[in-house]
Amino acid sequence: MEPKFKISHFFIHGDPLILGADVSIGIATVMIIFVLTYFKKWKWLWKEWLTTVDHKKIGIMYVIAALLMLFRGGVDALLMRTQLALPNLKVLLSEHYNEIFTTHGTIMILFMAMPLIFAMMNIVIPLQIGARDVAYPFLNAISFWLFFFGAMLLNLSFVIGGSPNAGWVGYPPLSELQFNPGPGENFYVLAIQISGIGSLATGINFLVTILKMRTKGMRLMDMPLFTWSVLATSILIIAAFPVITVTMLLLFLDRFAGAHFFTMTHGGDPMMYINLFWIWGHPEVYIVILPAFGIFSEVTSVFSKKVTFGYTSMVVSMMLISFYAYFTWVHHFFTMGAGAGVNTFFAVSTMIIAIPTGVKVFNWLLTMYQGRIRLTEPMLWTIAFIPCFAIGGATGVMLSIAPADYQYHNSYFLIAHFHQVLIGGTVFGMFAGLTYWWPKMFGFKLNETLGRWAFWLWNIGFYACFMPQYALGFMGMTRRIYTYGWDMGWAPLNLISSIGAVIMGIAFLFQVWEIAYSVKYGERDTTGDPWDGHTLEWSLPSPAPKYNFAVLPEVHGRDAWWKTKEAKERGDYEEKKQELEPIHYPKNSGIPFILSVFFFIAGFGFTFEWVWMGALGLLGVAICLIVRSFQYDTDYYISVDEIKETEAALRGEV
Amino acid sequence: MKLSRLFTRTFLICLVPLILSGCGGKFIVLDPKGPVGEEEKHLILLTTLLIAIVVIPVIILLIYIIYRYRDTPSNTARYRPKWGDNKYLEIIWWGIPIIITVFMAYFTGKSVFALVKPPTTDVKPITIQVTSLDWKWLFQYPDQNIATVNYVDIPAGRPVQFILTSDAPMNSFWIPQLGGQEYTMPGMAMRLWLQANETGKYFGTGANFTGEGFAHMQFDVIAKTEAEFNRWVNKVKAAGKPMDMAIYNRLKQPGLVNKQTYSSYPPHAFEMTLMKNGGHYHERIPEGNQFNPNDTEKTK
Repeated sequence: MEPKFKISHFFIHGDPLILGADVSIGIATVMIIFVLTYFKKWKWLWKEWLTTVDHKKIGIMYVIAALLMLFRGGVDALLMRTQLALPNLKVLLSEHYNEIFTTHGTIMILFMAMPLIFAMMNIVIPLQIGARDVAYPFLNAISFWLFFFGAMLLNLSFVIGGSPNAGWVGYPPLSELQFNPGPGENFYVLAIQISGIGSLATGINFLVTILKMRTKGMRLMDMPLFTWSVLATSILIIAAFPVITVTMLLLFLDRFAGAHFFTMTHGGDPMMYINLFWIWGHPEVYIVILPAFGIFSEVTSVFSKKVTFGYTSMVVSMMLISFYAYFTWVHHFFTMGAGAGVNTFFAVSTMIIAIPTGVKVFNWLLTMYQGRIRLTEPMLWTIAFIPCFAIGGATGVMLSIAPADYQYHNSYFLIAHFHQVLIGGTVFGMFAGLTYWWPKMFGFKLNETLGRWAFWLWNIGFYACFMPQYALGFMGMTRRIYTYGWDMGWAPLNLISSIGAVIMGIAFLFQVWEIAYSVKYGERDTTGDPWDGHTLEWSLPSPAPKYNFAVLPEVHGRDAWWKTKEAKERGDYEEKKQELEPIHYPKNSGIPFILSVFFFIAGFGFTFEWVWMGALGLLGVAICLIVRSFQYDTDYYISVDEIKETEAALRGEV
Repeated sequence: MKLSRLFTRTFLICLVPLILSGCGGKFIVLDPKGPVGEEEKHLILLTTLLIAIVVIPVIILLIYIIYRYRDTPSNTARYRPKWGDNKYLEIIWWGIPIIITVFMAYFTGKSVFALVKPPTTDVKPITIQVTSLDWKWLFQYPDQNIATVNYVDIPAGRPVQFILTSDAPMNSFWIPQLGGQEYTMPGMAMRLWLQANETGKYFGTGANFTGEGFAHMQFDVIAKTEAEFNRWVNKVKAAGKPMDMAIYNRLKQPGLVNKQTYSSYPPHAFEMTLMKNGGHYHERIPEGNQFNPNDTEKTK
């Protein structure tokens, strides 16, 4: 068979934006290679980072990758808002605009929100439950590298072969060969596929970690709420991600092997794709919001100097959300003409899921009530989240009213709603989490002044950008249009919205500045407990040693570290003198990285339908798996002397 | 202090779009011209009110709590670090949303079931078959045997049964001032009831992304009096050119076209489009529009 794509499909010509991207990617690559070589850092990079199985380092790599993706997705957003700032602009042509909103959505959900959540999970969970690592450290590294190379595969499409352009939902028949013959959609399918395997593995990993690796004395109902939220999210991931994997596989078979799962003819049914996509897609939005809920619970409690109000209610509501999340998917397409009974069922189930969410908001308020509120940066993000999410949740309930949804659907009202819950919920939540746990990750605090600048700019920009979009929805503006005329009166609101987007862009620059400044001048955290925290991670030095706990702690009840501190203050704290023992620890491994490179090669090959290359990649994957199964020397013991030395150095006792 | 400034700012920013848009824009969704749109607007306003019952107190409480319990040495407000449980309070905020949900569920169900029926039953409805193409709208009038592209004339005061399909990627058919949208899907015949009570020109648009020319898939809906509508039909029949399969196939090619009018179209063109795109796998073709491919000979 003649290969469908030739080398001539490879490079995209003629677009100054793409040429610019080509050049800057080239320059950046050369610079990175130069810096690494000049400072002789290649070995360091490989030994300390690329081969690491330490959850804390993996978490940090997730943070870096997610912030890069936030930058890329943000640039996409700014390009779109520039094009829409005024009617009839020609900044982007239709096809280019379509590619950009497709990659914006895909990147922001799968390669920005997801890794930020995984970052928080990785950095915090083992520390919070008193464990030395996750249950499967090697698998954890595989998860990260699969995500990373999946993201790279999608990003590559911008300069090689052309980006996907059927929207981040990729509905057939538009995403089928008939209407979309280029390699763009293949990039989309395979990037999601590769990173999806990683996400699924992460879900399994953290479910097991939380259930099996809690320290002595920590019952389920003693767990910090962030740990609970990750448990709920992991359950959702395990049940939802196989669905997207299968859906993408079927779409790929349609495109690659001429199958007819979702085509218009030969018995295919595009509606099946839409159902399957949202059976994953709706739990997915709860996957990215639940950990944010967990972070807000931790932050409100610590910075109000109070215990969380209604702990049981909080747990129950999270578990209810993770259950109901599976019964609302049809509300993404009330307008697909399901029967009245079906639409009513899913409208009501969607309203029901708002109840536990509402309860959580009240419980956060009551956690602050009769506390002592410190307006630190993490707390500011939490406070900004509450009204933002209340409004976003409310418009979500409005959208759930099926007949009203016939009017909101696919309009800017919907766009405003989901940006409000995703930015106001997930993004603000991750910012709260990042600023809260930053000292634990790196040993220094982020600069508050710059943080406040970023905070205010984000908020002002956010409301300026998205409030007008609700109004635009009522004015009949639909999503995914690359241009509009003067006749409908959409121009002023679009201009305000674009200005808001620019303000958010500036806010992001402030955050970069904040980080860069704090690396050098940030307040060093010498106590390990800069916020007067309540949970176990604050009992460790910052950053924590690789084995986390020299001696595994024993806890009694919630807020274990707070209780210990109180006991110390009262003077009735008895430190149990436990003998140090050698710590069993996994060895670093290059296999996760190499295996993911092979996945990338396979993905790239199948994207261009060069079967030899795809097969070669898969062969590499198989060899990696085989090699790993015959490795017996995968772990070692950290000696007592080494632990003593490390602890003494960390706790400043040298 | 700083925080109260945050909220005043936030509110001001929220107000800006409303003030500005008052000058130029038209909130067409909130200005319906027919019973379906009216019903939906009613639901929109009702639910806005119901959720305001929850959202506004939350925001007020938040501002109050942050101010009252700020961490300053001089703050004399009560401080109870270990207070984390109150059954009665929790019952209240599990209870209130449940009650609101029951209300909303009732009204939603009622509307959903109402909207699948004709909005008025004492007037004979008119049927219009709609096909979304790349990137244009084709309207066929089976009773009048005429066809239009990118505009549709309807008689005001009469329920219109739009039968929707697509001979291109899935789109969505939306006339905000008459009522909500429904998807147009290849191989499927979807039914959407709408009605205009006033004559006038209304904005119609495709709402589901279909590729390069999607942004241009807007069309005019012109509601006329019954008499004017009939005059228009006769005029079209007399003066327009007939559509044949060659013309249809040209229309089907991806691209943009201006408004067009045809005095007739090939028999069962709509049904053939349905069948060709896999319609025989579905039994969703509304009554009265069933089409048996074996009948083509007879009808010729």
